Amino acid sequence: MTAILTITDLKKTYDDGFKALKGVSLTIERGEILALLGPNGAGKTTLISTICGMVTPTSGTVTVDGHDTQADYRAARAMIGLVPQEIALQPFETVINTVRFSRGLFGKARNDAHIESVLRKLSLWDKKDTQITALSGGMKRRVLIAKALSHEPRILFLDEPTAGVDVALRKDMWDTVADLKADGVTIILTTHYIEEAEAIADRVGVITHGELLLVQDKETLMAQMGKKQIEVQLGEAIKAIPESLARFDVKLGEGGDSLVYTYDTHGERTGITGLLVALAEAGLVLRDVQTRQSSLEDIFVDLVDGEPA
Amino acid sequence: MNWTAIWAIYKFEMQRFFRTLMQSFLSPVLSTSLYFVVFGAAIGSRIDEVEGVSYGAFIVPGLIMLSVITQAISNASFGIYFPKFTGTIYELLSAPVNFLEIVFGYVGAAATKALFIGVVILFTAQFFVDLTIAHPLAMVLFLLLTCLSFALMGFIIGIWAENFEQLQLVPLLIVTPLIFLGGSFYSISMLPPVWQTITLFNPVVYLISGFRWSFFGLADVPIGLSLLAIAGFTALCLGFIWWIFKTGWRIRA
Ligand SMILES: Nc1ncnc2c1ncn2[C@@H]1O[C@H](COP(=O)(O)OP(=O)(O)OP(=O)(O)O)[C@@H](O)[C@H]1O
Ligand SMILES: [Mg+2]
Repeated sequence: MTAILTITDLKKTYDDGFKALKGVSLTIERGEILALLGPNGAGKTTLISTICGMVTPTSGTVTVDGHDTQADYRAARAMIGLVPQEIALQPFETVINTVRFSRGLFGKARNDAHIESVLRKLSLWDKKDTQITALSGGMKRRVLIAKALSHEPRILFLDEPTAGVDVALRKDMWDTVADLKADGVTIILTTHYIEEAEAIADRVGVITHGELLLVQDKETLMAQMGKKQIEVQLGEAIKAIPESLARFDVKLGEGGDSLVYTYDTHGERTGITGLLVALAEAGLVLRDVQTRQSSLEDIFVDLVDGEPA
Repeated sequence: MNWTAIWAIYKFEMQRFFRTLMQSFLSPVLSTSLYFVVFGAAIGSRIDEVEGVSYGAFIVPGLIMLSVITQAISNASFGIYFPKFTGTIYELLSAPVNFLEIVFGYVGAAATKALFIGVVILFTAQFFVDLTIAHPLAMVLFLLLTCLSFALMGFIIGIWAENFEQLQLVPLLIVTPLIFLGGSFYSISMLPPVWQTITLFNPVVYLISGFRWSFFGLADVPIGLSLLAIAGFTALCLGFIWWIFKTGWRIRA
């Protein structure tokens, strides 16, 4: 794969002196989906705004498919579609006019077939002649997405695309994102929903306090940082953990009829064999065995908590 | 030049105008008629002629200027302020367009609307007075330049304004008084000498004088000076707008 977006040591200090980005470097591969996670105020929107042209960077460079976003902004911006976090639409326009406007603004010739397919995909076609004021919040968000897709971008930024969107629609949105990826569109999205990143991202980046803590393959991230647990259901409840099991990191479950063993999938040895042997030697009868893997959410909370505020 | 983008902005802005076409058409007709009733009938019965032109006809250029300037400013300032207010300006800032294209789109649309109003007033006036236009080409040129330059000024006001009050402030406190005191409804020569001199510092005087010259061949100030004034004003506004987009003043963090 080749890089489509290269961010080098990007810094942004706002006029009031606040350092919102403290030197972010990131390379995004063509056709991937990158999810940016981070608490409120981490700098996600600032990062996107700086790439897209709403915020002037204090220092650092961004290139889009080789085009510098400052020196060669026309070529760079023509490739980018942006769905902002805040819903911003002209209230008295119709859906179709707003979407057509976006396409024209990006210099693309009128193409009604494309606009229709975008609106249909986002279930907005029957609302095409409706005024924006008469739409629900979730519909307005989809209009923003339609605007961004109207000019056939190669890179799509989605700043919290599913905030305020119901569960069914969120799944639709994920499908749309998957379709776009299939068409070769590179997608960068921010979200507070970890299951969203887990469901659709190829890579996950974590930002806090204007710094990119890590960017990693989602699978690798979960495998590396993820802890696994084995829960053993015992045939009979016990009062205390037998002495012979002391060398294992086991805890007695509630009610005394289960044992929970935490291990690192990343480690050389998981210790599972030893544990099972020790259990048998201690004369414990196993009724059932379950394994659990920690989610991105657990990893995320660990990471962000570990950061000094 | 990204002509598609300019056209997209222009068309989008004009659509709003066409949605309220009746209103856009009726209000200048009504206000012009009112001016003729009030100024033409009431004052005109006392002032027969100004420099050989009937008073009713004499006020037509000033009347057109008054409406065209006000309309150009309010349309352009509102046109660009509204995206700032709703937040849709993000799209302009992230689009592959430069400042000239944005200005062409918004200012072009605002100037077109103002021009439309000006033409409507001109035709309405025909019903009240006999009008012959001495220099039609100069008339059109002055009208176009006025629409354009004041739309540029309106654009600047729209960028500068941080709320709706500020949007009204400059037109209300500066522009309207300057137009009224700029000889819209009288000839400078009718003023006492001291005021004649003071009035020469009012830029609108040059505009109205030049515009009136194109109708009747009479002017308060030399026609060359009028042209220079309007050209200079246009250049000034353009320069300021160039600076705005270069620095991102009030639009880009
Ligand atoms: N125009 C501005 N002027 C000054 N500070 C700003 C400005 N915009 C954002 N900030 C600050 O920059 C920091 C990062 O803001 P940003 O909007 O990028 O966060 P975020 O990660 O998108 O947060 P959220 O998840 O809440 O959307 C915040 O502390 C914010 O207060
Ligand atoms: Mg944000």
